[in-house]
Amino acid sequence: MSTACEELVDPKQIQLDEIIEKYRHENGPLIPILQGAQGVYGYLPAHVLKHISKAIRIPLARIYGVVTFYAQFRLTPVGRNLINVCLGTACHVRGGAKVLETIEKELKIKDGATTDDGRFTLEIVACIGACGLAPVISINNEVHGRLVPESIAGIFAKYE
Amino acid sequence: MAENQRILVCAGTGCASSGALPIIDILKEEIKRQGLEGTVSVVGTGCQGFCEKGPTLVIEPQHILYTRVAAEDVAEIVAQDIINGERVERLLLLDQVTQKPVSSLSDIRFFAKQHRIVLQNCGVIDPKKIGDYTARDGYKGIQKALKEMSPEEVLEEVKKSGLRGRGGAGFPTGMKWGFCRQTPSDKKYIICNADEGDPGAFMDRSVLEGDPHSVIEGMLIGAYAIGADEGYVYCRAEYPLAIKHLEIAIKQAQEAGYLGDNILNSGFNFHLKVFAGAGAFVCGEETALMASIEGKRGMPRVRPPFPAVSGLWGKPTNINNVETWSNIPHILRNGAEWYGQFGTEKSKGTKIFALTGKVNNTGLVEVPMGTTLREIIFDIGDGIQNGKAFKAVQIGGPSGGCLPESMLDLAVDYDTLTQAGAMVGSGGLVIMDETTCMVDIARYFLNFSKKESCGKCTPCREGTTRMYEILDRITKGEGKEEDLDTLENLALTIKETSLCGLGQFAPSPILATLKYFRHEYEAHIRDHKCPAHNCTALLSYTIDVEKCKMCSLCAKNCPANCITGDKKTNTPYVINEEACIKCGTCLEKCKFGAVSRA
Ligand SMILES: Cc1cc2nc3c(=O)[nH]c(=O)nc-3n(C[C@H](O)[C@H](O)[C@H](O)COP(=O)(O)O)c2cc1C
Ligand code: SF4
Ligand code: SF4
Ligand code: SF4
Ligand code: FES
Ligand code: FES
Repeated sequence: MSTACEELVDPKQIQLDEIIEKYRHENGPLIPILQGAQGVYGYLPAHVLKHISKAIRIPLARIYGVVTFYAQFRLTPVGRNLINVCLGTACHVRGGAKVLETIEKELKIKDGATTDDGRFTLEIVACIGACGLAPVISINNEVHGRLVPESIAGIFAKYE
Repeated sequence: MAENQRILVCAGTGCASSGALPIIDILKEEIKRQGLEGTVSVVGTGCQGFCEKGPTLVIEPQHILYTRVAAEDVAEIVAQDIINGERVERLLLLDQVTQKPVSSLSDIRFFAKQHRIVLQNCGVIDPKKIGDYTARDGYKGIQKALKEMSPEEVLEEVKKSGLRGRGGAGFPTGMKWGFCRQTPSDKKYIICNADEGDPGAFMDRSVLEGDPHSVIEGMLIGAYAIGADEGYVYCRAEYPLAIKHLEIAIKQAQEAGYLGDNILNSGFNFHLKVFAGAGAFVCGEETALMASIEGKRGMPRVRPPFPAVSGLWGKPTNINNVETWSNIPHILRNGAEWYGQFGTEKSKGTKIFALTGKVNNTGLVEVPMGTTLREIIFDIGDGIQNGKAFKAVQIGGPSGGCLPESMLDLAVDYDTLTQAGAMVGSGGLVIMDETTCMVDIARYFLNFSKKESCGKCTPCREGTTRMYEILDRITKGEGKEEDLDTLENLALTIKETSLCGLGQFAPSPILATLKYFRHEYEAHIRDHKCPAHNCTALLSYTIDVEKCKMCSLCAKNCPANCITGDKKTNTPYVINEEACIKCGTCLEKCKFGAVSRA
């Protein structure tokens, strides 16, 4: 019996419900819930948004409006590793564009896209606050600084 | 080695990315192995301000700085310095002028000319331990306020100090608090703006990572003066370590009785939460920020009503920047008069700048208001990298301006810089050298503003796009003579008709570069040349037949296959300009200096 039950309950769904429960009684719960949900699913699938809408009684259209307003939220799945290439001012004047170009060539994808094997998603950001080390990128929130185009391949090798 | 020593290893975002975290563990091991645990302690700190030279490590009480430390260096540092008291020379900083290594913090120009008030704990204490903060007089400010002062007296003290908001506009902090205090209401909020969206700025990040309790204490004092019992820190999602340290600090402050109900038995209540932003620059604007906390799209709204009257959930709200809050405990502890001795007549205290770009020493710099740009760039920053010539300093981010060499003796304070067509802004200082193209920089910022415009009002939404398109054309060599007038007209209109600061100041980078670097625009438009050799479309590569040794290296490496020539038939090597994609490979490859770029 118990095994059959476990199969029915999606562990991600349980986590999602826990997140909703944690914030639903607070003022302005939507953004923390969306952030939590994205943490669980890696992105915000349509069924998740619908579920949140029902649970906290906010119309789906309004949720969609919020999701599309903020750069952090994504409606499509993300690769196993998320690369953020900084093109903030400090990185721009210290050759950030060259780093980006090298990465685009290496992975054969552009800003916002994911490699076919699902290994990397590439995103351009403006400043991750490590400007002293410009130019920088971050992969899964780990910062890599003082980059030259030649160092890219070696860094990527560390991420499966 | 008679006295007790502390080894402070920077574990801030910058140094962590350069490999600082394993160093801390290895160092602790080594200290243990040498039986030194009794006298030497190892502390992981927040940003020490010298990120580019990281991982950095300071030995106290001798103030010795080691830079670019690697795991392999640890044993040597312990054996040679800690045990034998001799410096490990190769890890000391090299003075760019004397070309000699310097060991003591007080001899390093980067630190010697700074005056650290807000940053005095950053890089010195373990930000994850409340005891480190209280050992350095932390929470004495709120104790004094609660035990000895009425809320009005606290407010008066802050007014008297002359502190102005560090978030950009420089509004007098005490006056702002006063507005919120005056509004009658059963509920008031205070907010710490930690959205720090200006690209090239990381002051707030470093304070939150390295000394989070100072922000909490500042907010406590503010809440007491204003009569608020709930607060938020709105921190951008791109700063995970800052959020983590802040959450640890809040928990510890709660346990120690500094946050919660009936704080220090005074009857005063204050609750503090962290709200992680979701990636929108415009949410740094105060009304947009509050909309975002309320769970809405973060769009600015018309003011009045000002937040002090109707803010978060319609309640009176006071919002200040991280650095503003972090100044408060010092003012309370030492008094307004003490604070007033730093800075200029109308801009009191110190300001932290994030010095970045083409300068030798990049990092965090805290100086008294009124210090000149030249002192910051050439004394503290040690001048321009690779012996290149200084061209401009970009100050104030996307809302600020670029100032040329002739303006470097300006004293940095709110009023002086605004007059010069720039602004103190949040404190980003990006240094540019002769290889930076000013038209490209203007284009860069307009691209930023265009992307971040929330779209609510037409002048900003459409105007930034139009201005970007014109600048983009100019950098491609397709500029027209009348473009400069069009740009100026558009800029002035957008400045006047936009709803929030993003639109109002988006034209600033254009106006400033047109004012000080107009000749660069003209060179692009009239001569189709980029004086900085930066704009690809305007470059041309040629081979000097005299110097060419016909080695064919350039032709072999040219990705466009547009170099032809043959040694056997004595056909000179030439570049087909039509097909050239201006990648610069030939220039890099030629060993004989035969390729030139113009
Ligand atoms: C587009 C825009 C972005 C802003 N971003 C920030 C920011 O990242 N941090 C900040 O403290 N203030 C920012 N501000 C200024 C805030 O609206 C507000 O004036 C400030 O937080 C007030 O704090 P202060 O009085 O301590 O300076 C921004 C303003 C605008 C118009
Ligand atoms: S000026 Fe720009 S960012 Fe500000 S409200 Fe208008 S459209 Fe939005
Ligand atoms: S700049 Fe690049 S494309 Fe042009 S000639 Fe040189 S190598 Fe070839
Ligand atoms: S690399 Fe230099 S020397 Fe060799 S063929 Fe090209 S231009 Fe001539
Ligand atoms: S500009 Fe790239 S990290 Fe700040
Ligand atoms: S992060 Fe280490 S010095 Fe800034």
